[in-house]
Amino acid sequence: MIVLEKRPQPSRGWSMSTPVLAVLATMVAGGLLFGLLGKNPFLAIETIFWEPLFGEFASYYRPQLLVKAAPLVLIAIGLSLGFKAGIWNIGAEGQYIIGAICGAGVGLAFYPLEAWYIFPLMVIGGALGGWAWAMIPALLKVRFGTNEILVSLMLVYVAEKLLASMALGLLKNPQGFGFPGSRNLNDYASATSWISQDVGLHWGMAAALIAVIFAYILLNRHMLGFQIRLTGEAPRAARFAGVNPSRLILFCLGASGMLAGLAGLFEVAGPSGQITIDFNANYGFTAIIVAFLGRLHPIGILLAGLLMALTYIGGDIAQGNLGLPAAAVQVFQGMLLFFLLAFDLLTNYRIRLKTREVA
Amino acid sequence: MNIKRRSLLGTAVLALSLGLGGAALAQDKTKVGFIYVGPIGDGGWTHEHDQGRLAVEKEFGDKVETVYVENVPEGPDAERVMTQMALNGADLIFTTSFGFMDATINVAKKFPKVKFEHATGYKRADNVSTYSARFYEGRAVQGTIAGRMTKSNVVGYIGSYPIPEVIRGINSAYIHAKKVNPDVQFKIVWAYTWFDPAKEADAAKVLIEQGADVILQHTDSTAPHAAAKEKGGVYTFGQASDMSEYAPMPRISSIIDNWAPYYIERTKAVIDGTWESTDTWAGIGPGMVGIGEFSSEIPADVQAEANALKDKIASGEYHPFTGPLKKQDGSDWLAEGETADDGTLAGMNFYVEGIVGDIPQ
Repeated sequence: MIVLEKRPQPSRGWSMSTPVLAVLATMVAGGLLFGLLGKNPFLAIETIFWEPLFGEFASYYRPQLLVKAAPLVLIAIGLSLGFKAGIWNIGAEGQYIIGAICGAGVGLAFYPLEAWYIFPLMVIGGALGGWAWAMIPALLKVRFGTNEILVSLMLVYVAEKLLASMALGLLKNPQGFGFPGSRNLNDYASATSWISQDVGLHWGMAAALIAVIFAYILLNRHMLGFQIRLTGEAPRAARFAGVNPSRLILFCLGASGMLAGLAGLFEVAGPSGQITIDFNANYGFTAIIVAFLGRLHPIGILLAGLLMALTYIGGDIAQGNLGLPAAAVQVFQGMLLFFLLAFDLLTNYRIRLKTREVA
Repeated sequence: MNIKRRSLLGTAVLALSLGLGGAALAQDKTKVGFIYVGPIGDGGWTHEHDQGRLAVEKEFGDKVETVYVENVPEGPDAERVMTQMALNGADLIFTTSFGFMDATINVAKKFPKVKFEHATGYKRADNVSTYSARFYEGRAVQGTIAGRMTKSNVVGYIGSYPIPEVIRGINSAYIHAKKVNPDVQFKIVWAYTWFDPAKEADAAKVLIEQGADVILQHTDSTAPHAAAKEKGGVYTFGQASDMSEYAPMPRISSIIDNWAPYYIERTKAVIDGTWESTDTWAGIGPGMVGIGEFSSEIPADVQAEANALKDKIASGEYHPFTGPLKKQDGSDWLAEGETADDGTLAGMNFYVEGIVGDIPQ
């Protein structure tokens, strides 16, 4: 009989190697799936993982990987701080939307003025917008003890309604023939987040890298980082050590909201270009997966964000080149998470073969 | 490990050389790409575009190769998928949703030799055409039937997004329902999606609860039909696709988008080298908008009335937006006998007189 036995201590070896194992298992299971669909499994896996990095048009796809990964990493870094301390911000999607609305709103208010200070002001607007939206669940939790998971999640739907209203009303392009959607910020030189659109680089990527470095320093070298980790690992001990839980909640939710807001701003001023009714592309929710795939570790999150981006871009290439159905690609991405969670079991438990005891 | 890696590389090189060989062989093969906003199995909008793609394949056989990517979100992903198609040698790319507009223009700038066709938008370039169907012509026929069929005098309407395209449809359906039934009332629910069976079903249920016994939809799934069937005694219309699997009840007719002739014509133009940027807006006459078969539930005299209207629209004798018509706020829009110009229709952002409710702002 096979039994699971709890390890006295989580295995470090397994913790490090499960993401890699999960990717390998996904390749095998995904290959089987593609094979059953009548496609060449090796070609399909190769298209998803190899083509964007080293294929014929890699020079185009490589920056695209960064475009796709930047908002994921930026949001996930913020989320990981709270998650480490047991503070669950599930509403990054909403903070992302509000950040985009505020940032784009600041930029559009200056249109058509061209000045160097417009983009920095937009960045501040985006950060403040996301921060303020996250402060709602934070203050409610600190003041009334509400559940931040529910409040932050519900606020996503409120944000979506606000977004639709903005695209149809206040921020609608006056020269858009009555169609919803704001002006395209890519056509407004002072407000675009592109550093170079031809190369495919924008400021959001720089911000994501800076966030990774800051989070790393914060968690490893700073008192606050120590308090975050301590609260997550041993809440009682943290209280005895003088950690102020309210301050921590305000900091973690505020920081994650701010980073999500920044991600929204960089996205709307760059790759997306405009506020539209369905501008949000689930980055806020996908980032939760990225945070866990990256083990809540800054460097891990960076790698996980790039890996997620790779499966998205490779998946689209596989659709176009091999005719793989979109649903199969989504199943493939789902498998990655499934296997990660499955192998995760081995971090905390070990499998033992036990002979049945005779009574 | 090493061996495995070598062989993997080997496969890559082989695949690459095969690919190149294929490209050389297929030099005169025209590659046509399609970008879909929904899944090809949506049974509605995207399904009909894919039927058009298959018609292109059938028409030209070995002379063309078609590729498609489905479920492409409107935004930066669309731009990447289009670029990917252009890089892979597509000669002509159809981008089949309004939200792909700016992305299409951006990618077209980078690939001046590739031809683009954007559905339902208004931005064109030397290598970007736009095309759309005059769905509102079909809505006129649908409104006539709805006005005749309703017993509760409440017609439910599931709107997708409050954009001119959808508002035009609501107005056209309402005007013609009102013509045959002065007591008719429209209840409009905005679903904010093109395709979401769960949301669409909810919208249909809400409308039925509010007394609607005819449901019109501007969303793409068959979920409202399923909800109506469950309730019983509620009539629905197929949207974009015939949805005949729900006939004769609840689906009593449909508006069908028929993109095949246009896609074949444009592909041929690329093959012949005669492609030029144009703006096409065709209706029932040229066959881009079709009216699905009437179910036996519709009485013969109503069928005849609807057919007569359809023929008059097809021949150009009658325009669905013919005065006298007023706007919702009571201000004059069209004088007696005056017809709406395409510019106003293209940007329509007001209801006609008699519709209750506001367009979401």
